[in-house]
Amino acid sequence: MFATLDQIFIILRNLVLGYLPEVVRPYVSVVLSVVCIVAVFPGLFALTTVFERKGIARIQNRLGPNRVGPFGLLQPIADGIKSLTKEDIVPTTANGAIHFLAPLVLVVAVFMGFAVLPMGRNMVLVDMDCALLFYFAMGASSELAVFMAGWSSRNKYSLLGAMRAVAQMISYEVILLLSGLAVVMISGSLSLTKIVEAQNVYTGWFPHWFIFTPWGLAGFVMYAIAATAETNRSPFDLPEGESELVAGYHTEYSGFKFALFFLGEYLAMFSISGLGATLFLGGWSAPFSFLSWVPSWIWFFSKLMLSIFVFIWMRGTLPRLRQDQLMNFAWKFVLPFTLYNLMVTALWRFMGDGWERWVACTALVIAGYVLLGRISMRREHFGPRSYRYAE
Amino acid sequence: MLGEGILKGMAETARNFFGSYVSKERLTTVQYPEEREKLTETARVFPFLVYDEGMKNGEQAEWLAGLRCTSCQICEKECPPKCIFIEKSKDKKLDAFGKAQFYPVRFDIDVAVCMSCQICVEVCPFDSIKMDNQFELSTDDRFGGLLIPVEGLARSNSYYNTIHPTEAAAVDKHRQETKAMLAAKAKAAADAAAAKAAAKPGEGA
Repeated sequence: MFATLDQIFIILRNLVLGYLPEVVRPYVSVVLSVVCIVAVFPGLFALTTVFERKGIARIQNRLGPNRVGPFGLLQPIADGIKSLTKEDIVPTTANGAIHFLAPLVLVVAVFMGFAVLPMGRNMVLVDMDCALLFYFAMGASSELAVFMAGWSSRNKYSLLGAMRAVAQMISYEVILLLSGLAVVMISGSLSLTKIVEAQNVYTGWFPHWFIFTPWGLAGFVMYAIAATAETNRSPFDLPEGESELVAGYHTEYSGFKFALFFLGEYLAMFSISGLGATLFLGGWSAPFSFLSWVPSWIWFFSKLMLSIFVFIWMRGTLPRLRQDQLMNFAWKFVLPFTLYNLMVTALWRFMGDGWERWVACTALVIAGYVLLGRISMRREHFGPRSYRYAE
Repeated sequence: MLGEGILKGMAETARNFFGSYVSKERLTTVQYPEEREKLTETARVFPFLVYDEGMKNGEQAEWLAGLRCTSCQICEKECPPKCIFIEKSKDKKLDAFGKAQFYPVRFDIDVAVCMSCQICVEVCPFDSIKMDNQFELSTDDRFGGLLIPVEGLARSNSYYNTIHPTEAAAVDKHRQETKAMLAAKAKAAADAAAAKAAAKPGEGA
């Protein structure tokens, strides 16, 4: 019964494929999976927008949207209709073709990332050997879309926003990759299904998720920081800092193109949360061995939604960073610590299975964190500024 | 340690998040169209014209007969954004003090222009124009709907007493005193005239 429920989507797909001739089956199979991804994640996006608004409202002791439908749950439909009926304005001096292509490129690049995410047992669109590499390559191409948007708008705010975005995304892309690399070092594979299988092992009740190891926890925290920056979420939402840049790279977008940017941002959040869950939180595996009967895709999506909740929580808590703070944080603390964590991971890999590696690696991670935090994030005091002529 | 402040902040927001579901005091939002907060007595939005009830002047409606406005046009001249337009009547009617006064045949105020400064109220020597607390003045007709004519502006003195009780009581008291004073003066004048008339024959004799 539960085994059927676990594989329900695979069974349904095979059922449909059974009615078709042998020749077209692989193509239809891919199309079906793609349609599911393209339908499910924008649906999640619609739900997330309303939950985000309600969550942030609650954090600020407000009520949030509660007018459209029961508890305001139909708000995304109203928003969708609104953005569809709005006039699509393209600036006369904009580079039309690129301006048009940018939101599409963004959404397509983000959707490509979902192709390699294992969303349940046997539920992966393409089971690549180098899935992680493919994912990062696709993640990097969304930067191109952001810069296309900013440059083609011919607006100084857009361009500034896009340049900030590119600087930020390139800086944090390195961290994202390096924190993911620790997982590859331990599991010995770039294939995401293999990485999940490596974590789907239990000692007693407890799973061997990478987050429960010292290097994994450190890697996960760094991954979460980099993921927040990579998806331009608060507190790293400088590319669209509305207080100084109007709306950053999508200032000159309106109507449905703007909605596509919005969609792209949230989809990137989903996919990066999904990857984080796959790398560190055991993907679709259950948190306790006695819960393994719950369908695997439920675990994947609950981990994903939990990450989204943390994203929203952080957005409701932290103020936006300044550009120099953002860069200093990336290059002076996060990147060195991630590199250091790689060395700790290597130590873990070669210390054998005993308890010694737990002690050694935990101590090293904590010591490294504290020391690096002290040294590199130290506040520098320059003393009062003196003016030669003005005084 | 690095990140301590962030954790503290996250704990604070989490407390707010869950607290808002538990304690009603946290949610200060008033669900406006369904719930309304009681307006304070000093709330003021847009001017209206006061009329005294129970006055009669031929065929005129009660509000027009009792209207305190004498169309002196001071408010029209003082209004900073010039949102008042007054047209004076040709004939006169008796006011509450029994004096013949002009009255406005047109008195329009443009809601879109009025800035609720209350200067018209400050300058009115007849206690005729006062501030209303009615704030739902939006309309779907942006030309006619926003220009409120005299019949739309007239409100009774008892309405004035309900929205601004303290202020209206002071105005009423002042008007009573004035009325009494005028009556005393008139009586004194009448007495003097009567005495004069009585003394005249004696003088001639």
